[in-house]
Amino acid sequence: MTNIGKVSTGVPVKRQRGIEASRAIQALWLLLPALLVIALVAGYPLVRTIYFSLHEASLTNPEQAKYLGFANFWFTTKDGIGLGFFQDSKWWGAVGNTLLFTVVSVVLETILGMIIALVVNSAFKGRAFMRTAMLIPWAIPTVVSAQMWAYMYNDNFGLIGRGLLGGQSALADTTTAIWALIAVDVWKTTSFMALLILAGLQSLPSDMYEAADMDGASKATQFWRMTLPLLRPALLVALIFRSLDALRVFDVMYVMLGPNTAAQTSMTGYARQAMIDNSQLGLGSAVSVAIFLLIMVIVVIYVTAFRVKFD
Amino acid sequence: MLAKRNPALFYLQRAGFYLLVVVIAFYLLFPFLWAVLTSFRKSGDLGLSPFNFIFNAQTTFSNYVTVFTNDSFIRGLGYSLITAVGTVAVSIVIGSFAAYALGRFRFRFKAAVLYIILGVSVFPQIAVLGGLFLVIRNAGLFNTPAGLIFSYLIFTLPFTIWVLTSFVRDIPGELEEAALVDGASPLVTLFRVLFPVMMPALVTTGLLAFINCWNEYLFALTFTSTNRTVPVVIGNFSGATQFDQPWGPIMAASIVVTIPLIALVLIFQRNIVSGLTAGAVKG
Repeated sequence: MTNIGKVSTGVPVKRQRGIEASRAIQALWLLLPALLVIALVAGYPLVRTIYFSLHEASLTNPEQAKYLGFANFWFTTKDGIGLGFFQDSKWWGAVGNTLLFTVVSVVLETILGMIIALVVNSAFKGRAFMRTAMLIPWAIPTVVSAQMWAYMYNDNFGLIGRGLLGGQSALADTTTAIWALIAVDVWKTTSFMALLILAGLQSLPSDMYEAADMDGASKATQFWRMTLPLLRPALLVALIFRSLDALRVFDVMYVMLGPNTAAQTSMTGYARQAMIDNSQLGLGSAVSVAIFLLIMVIVVIYVTAFRVKFD
Repeated sequence: MLAKRNPALFYLQRAGFYLLVVVIAFYLLFPFLWAVLTSFRKSGDLGLSPFNFIFNAQTTFSNYVTVFTNDSFIRGLGYSLITAVGTVAVSIVIGSFAAYALGRFRFRFKAAVLYIILGVSVFPQIAVLGGLFLVIRNAGLFNTPAGLIFSYLIFTLPFTIWVLTSFVRDIPGELEEAALVDGASPLVTLFRVLFPVMMPALVTTGLLAFINCWNEYLFALTFTSTNRTVPVVIGNFSGATQFDQPWGPIMAASIVVTIPLIALVLIFQRNIVSGLTAGAVKG
């Protein structure tokens, strides 16, 4: 047992291993509460959602679930009536509106956020004030910003509704409402984008810009050739998180348009109406699974297309 | 350089720049300031022209009186506070345990655990809404702050763990080794040695969790029926008819729930910005 090699390491290997093993066990105990909570609050409910998506079940009496296969997704009766939500034009309307909302608002937020970040990153009087002002729209609860804008869009009293639009109700019709809501979302979250981009800008080395100035590169060239490529990683992560947020949009639509119209403009609104308002737990779960898969596919596309690394 | 070569162009550029700054400040702040102004105006004055509305209309506190005598709003404030504080407390305690394990200990499946946590943080809430509703109802937590606290852990806990883990990893090892040599248990080490060092990160994650809970709508709408938090109360505020929205009181209530957040943001600006960027860059 008394091996020279072991003695020379100072600590006996066996004891070293014992410490490692007991550390590992301690780590598991420390992790246990978090893992338990995550399993209960995310894992189990997700499994239930998948289970109910294949069943006909009512929210009031979920124990009497009847297995349906994929009929919640696609089912045609003998009379040729489509009962699955994939056959419901309202669902595809909600998908289309959500995607439109996501793409337009994220693009606008990125461009505006970039402009604001570049402005605030340069030295001028009142910079500290601007940096604080940037946080205000972000800090306002979504429901509050929805009500504030609903008031401004109001056709009798609102600055925008009565003034700019001349008494037109922008929220009455889904095709105009979606643009009105994009404006609200852009206002609310541009500052978040600007904050993230600003943090990225501040991490760029300043001597690089000095060298570019010496070489006579114009500000525009510096932006396109240096700033933008270097910002890419920070920008992409911000884009992913904003896109995921926009895809689950619900609050602003529900508050400004009401439950019925929200079900035509937001995927989450559609799922919630089926599941909670109409108590169709099976159908609503099927819709939720579709949304979950769609969002996961988009994450995978983002991560592979742009080779984003999380570490 | 430009100032000497071509002063006119220089000042024009400067003026253009400041004009841009003013436009941005106006865009960011105006909707909120307009809501503040409306909260101090009588409902009869809402139809005035913008100029008269700003300069000639009478200032009134009646909307705030209405809001603070509204029972459901007052109770909403209480429920929001209990829910947000409770969620922050639970996620800080559980989250710091997990972060300590993930940042300081070596064990198998660590990468897998980190990926699960990251995965949960990109979960759409709707994917668990039905299942969570049943869990909460079966546990007898429907319409209680406890039910909301439990459900809010789905978004506060992954974020807390993620940010705290990266923070714990960067704490110098000597501190903890000294405690270990003295024979302190992991929990004692965590509370006595690491917690004081972790304070900035705890404040940051706690604040962001608080703000997220205070603003949450979907779960609050679905998992409560009468014990509503303020976002749901404000979302439901309505008059006798669709055309008779009480805009004054709605704006007053909106200002009341927003002021605490703005105060927190102004006081803890630095923490919040660092937390947001850490959260977005690292998960």
